[in-house]
Amino acid sequence: MSTSIEDKLYTLTFKPDKESHLVPNQDLCRQCADKPCLNFCPAHVYSWEGDHLAVAFEGCVECGACRIGCPYHSIAWRYPRGGFGVMYKFG
Amino acid sequence: MATQTLPAGTQGAPAQTAAQDKAPAASRREPGKTRFDVIVVGAGPAGVSAAITAAKAGLSVLILERGDYPGSKNVMGGVLYRQPTDVILPGFWREAPLERHLVEQGYWLMSERGATKFSYRGEDWDAEPYNAFTVLRARFDRWYAQQAEKAGAILVPETTVDEVLVRDGQAVGVRVGRDQGEIYANVVILADGVNSLLAKSLGLHQEWEPHTIALAVKEIIALPREKIESRFQIEGDQGVAYELLGSISKGMVGIGFLYTNKDTISIGMGCMLSDFARTGIKPYELLDQLKQHPAIKPVLAGGETREYMAHLIPEGGYNSLPKLYMGGLLVVGDAAQFVNALTREGSNMAMISGHLAAMTAIRAHQRGDFSAASMAYYRDLLENSFILQDLRRFRKIMPFVESRHELITVYPELLAELLQDFYTVDSVPKTQLFRRMMRKIRARRRWTSVLGDLWKGLRALS
Repeated sequence: MSTSIEDKLYTLTFKPDKESHLVPNQDLCRQCADKPCLNFCPAHVYSWEGDHLAVAFEGCVECGACRIGCPYHSIAWRYPRGGFGVMYKFG
Repeated sequence: MATQTLPAGTQGAPAQTAAQDKAPAASRREPGKTRFDVIVVGAGPAGVSAAITAAKAGLSVLILERGDYPGSKNVMGGVLYRQPTDVILPGFWREAPLERHLVEQGYWLMSERGATKFSYRGEDWDAEPYNAFTVLRARFDRWYAQQAEKAGAILVPETTVDEVLVRDGQAVGVRVGRDQGEIYANVVILADGVNSLLAKSLGLHQEWEPHTIALAVKEIIALPREKIESRFQIEGDQGVAYELLGSISKGMVGIGFLYTNKDTISIGMGCMLSDFARTGIKPYELLDQLKQHPAIKPVLAGGETREYMAHLIPEGGYNSLPKLYMGGLLVVGDAAQFVNALTREGSNMAMISGHLAAMTAIRAHQRGDFSAASMAYYRDLLENSFILQDLRRFRKIMPFVESRHELITVYPELLAELLQDFYTVDSVPKTQLFRRMMRKIRARRRWTSVLGDLWKGLRALS
């Protein structure tokens, strides 16, 4: 019954836009010691790649947790363009 | 006043305007040429309710929705209340795509290895017109928005609103991220959800604080109907809803839920965003652990995860309400933080606030006055409704729970230990057993603290 986050995301339908709707300020991210977004993002969008924050925006569920929860407000956050992004079947 | 910029013929005959605009989309493509009585941003329960009430009164209404269809971006635990929905759409429950009507609701107090269940099942809830239903939002919202269209509203999906247009301190329309450009209205109703980037850009609220926002994750788990019905002792379209509280939130301020749908189960867990940030606990791992809990695992056994989702819940309540209106603009639903975290009410507040916003727009339309003073009527209506009265009444409860968040773990564990002792027959004389139970209470929490919890808890509710 236990499923990995990859399995969970695999249940979702996405229509990814060409460019990211999430743009971190990498300078701020480098200063950030805890990087809580790596853990609290429910879609595991963020990973630390040694010197920068990688953003798997295609799998973002648009909840806004990183927008509010980032201690440095480093993420420039907007909704994907109309019609793009996650598409829930059950909701 | 904004009315000066109106193209001739669109004012004064609102219902007709709506009907005419529906056929060709051409008029919408000309920037600045399109005008509605009301523009609703967001096709969730709040926005659609506003649209239905306004359209029924003959106003021309445009609903803008960023998803492919209404509901495609929308998430909640899953309880929809009958009475508030009936206010907007009488008899909705006869045709709406609902899952099950609730015949039992309650709390499961979760300890590490067990659960103390406290719930009520009532026969009254099994009869029409019912009390509450479980719903799946992608299905319900889509249907609900169709009812707004039937009432005469125009729905344009796949459209993100980038900006509210403001002239002389008054909202006069919106700029959308499609080719249509600018669309004008006498009243803009912001039903753009918990993030409400638009209300923030207008300065109606500052950025939400992470300790006022819960992050919830949920899974839809498919199981055959018969299995759901036998596991929860229900039949036909009967359903149950349990809130889950205790060690499952790992000391964070949060709550889980378990709701039955027709052939799926909704299971989820939400905790304060600040707690997730502080502890480093991953929300989806927390949910997986909940699914493994000995009281949960057997009811999900054999099920298959059909969908996973995440959403924010505004739980700041009365203390973090945004400014609810300005000239030509009203804020409704989650965008206004209308959630009662204590009683898990949200969809009802969304719908009724949308309805009250529409009534404000209708009154303003009759008077031809869309100023801030006219919009202030919305605040009066809210003050006279359960929405602001309840939010004000419970304004101290979330700060109380946050200040003593260990309570969420301590009492369910204690209760489990005591009940386990009480029901374990091991030939120990009862006097000795009761003494042992008292010692266990003292070990968990000093009597003075118990009294303090009770006193402060009651005070927070008064």
